[in-house]
Amino acid sequence: MTKIHADTSRCIGAGQCVLTDPDAFDQDDAAGIVIVLRPEPPDDAAVTRARQAVLICPSQALSLEQ
Amino acid sequence: MTAPHLRTTRTCPFAPPEEHERLRDQETPTKVTMPNGEQAWALGRLDHVRAMLSDPRFSSNRWLRGFPTLTKDRPQDVPGRHARRTPLVMMDPPEHGEARRAVVGEFTVRRMEALRPRIQRIVDDHIDAMLAGPNPADLVTALSLPVPSLVICELLGVPYGDHDFFQTSSATLLSLTAPAEERAAAAEALHVYLAGLIARRREQPGDDLLSRQLATSDDVEALVSLGFLLLLAGHETTANMISLGVVALLDHPDQLKAITTDPSRTPAAVEELLRYFTIAEFATSRVAREDVELGGVLIRAGEGVVTLGNAANRDPAAFPHGAELDVERGARHHIAFGFGAHQCLGQNLARLELQIVFDTLFRRVPSLRLTEPADGLPYKDDATVYGLYRLPVTWDAP
Ligand code: SF4
Repeated sequence: MTKIHADTSRCIGAGQCVLTDPDAFDQDDAAGIVIVLRPEPPDDAAVTRARQAVLICPSQALSLEQ
Repeated sequence: MTAPHLRTTRTCPFAPPEEHERLRDQETPTKVTMPNGEQAWALGRLDHVRAMLSDPRFSSNRWLRGFPTLTKDRPQDVPGRHARRTPLVMMDPPEHGEARRAVVGEFTVRRMEALRPRIQRIVDDHIDAMLAGPNPADLVTALSLPVPSLVICELLGVPYGDHDFFQTSSATLLSLTAPAEERAAAAEALHVYLAGLIARRREQPGDDLLSRQLATSDDVEALVSLGFLLLLAGHETTANMISLGVVALLDHPDQLKAITTDPSRTPAAVEELLRYFTIAEFATSRVAREDVELGGVLIRAGEGVVTLGNAANRDPAAFPHGAELDVERGARHHIAFGFGAHQCLGQNLARLELQIVFDTLFRRVPSLRLTEPADGLPYKDDATVYGLYRLPVTWDAP
């Protein structure tokens, strides 16, 4: 099972993950830091979106665990 | 071997200089000579640029010796102008991370989305005014410039009655033709205005960025500097992207049709337009603080690195047929907003403004067209942020 991991100390709150998959990611209102709403992508399309979020995240705060 | 001079102007309005693509396609990064005679490493491959911008050994402090500059001066010769604080864009870690975290909550996707109705109203009002005015019109003054500055007013909580002052002063401040004294006077007036607005918000908080920041800090000077940063970073850039996006879409009718028939495609089109133009491509330059190996070369401490952002955003390894505008491409991994810890704070606001403008303009004025050929328009070939000085358009009267 693929699992999304977020290193909140690296996150710079750019929100690129939220734009990529609003079902999987959110930002907290106070500091804009990433919140993983759904760590385990339920299907292949969601895994693809998670991969895209990892690629696009400017601070390399996101990673996938296989 | 002497390092070739870096070309900083465009030859074709829709492409980076060929030399930049040649530099990108070489095996390893090479040195170029900057306009002030100093040398810097040129990075053109997208993976190199991304690696460099995520590496804290490269500094954003443009007052450091060796920082590549596009002007004839050396960076350390340029006085700090009216900056009373180190701007966020020039900070390095750990100072930068703390300062950015203090404001980043203001720019979340959700917070920006909440501004949508107010931005929509600003855009609609300006299109109304344009349609009621002379035809042909200059879209730069009718729409591209006023929209971003009024959006910044919304964000900062500038009262409606002050909008005109705010917009005219920021237009003067950012003008490339206004005399230096006039620009300095406009900067001073905005400075005084922002300080006054902050004092009023301290007494009477509202639902705006300044009021919320005041709840956690009473550092007025830092807030004035933040207001200025938003103004400077969010104004010209968005304005130029509005103008360039309109030209590119009018020039590619099939792609324009794709978004007018299905506005859910507009966000992807905006990403593609951001990639295609990469209007602030040198803004991501850095200077090495230590020796760093990158892309097969050793970049030594104190050496500058200039990013060829436009060429990188057409790197065939990342964007096949990158010279073509293709709104369906899926271009979100572009670096038009930079990359790494400094990636543009206002990017989601810019996205929203561009989506609303393109959707509304082409829906409300479907007969919009240029009155001059797209390749003959006055492009800002000489400015650090690429754009258009003037955009003459016409439409069929209803
Ligand atoms: S894209 Fe990366 S930096 Fe931006 S909010 Fe998501 S995790 Fe944080």
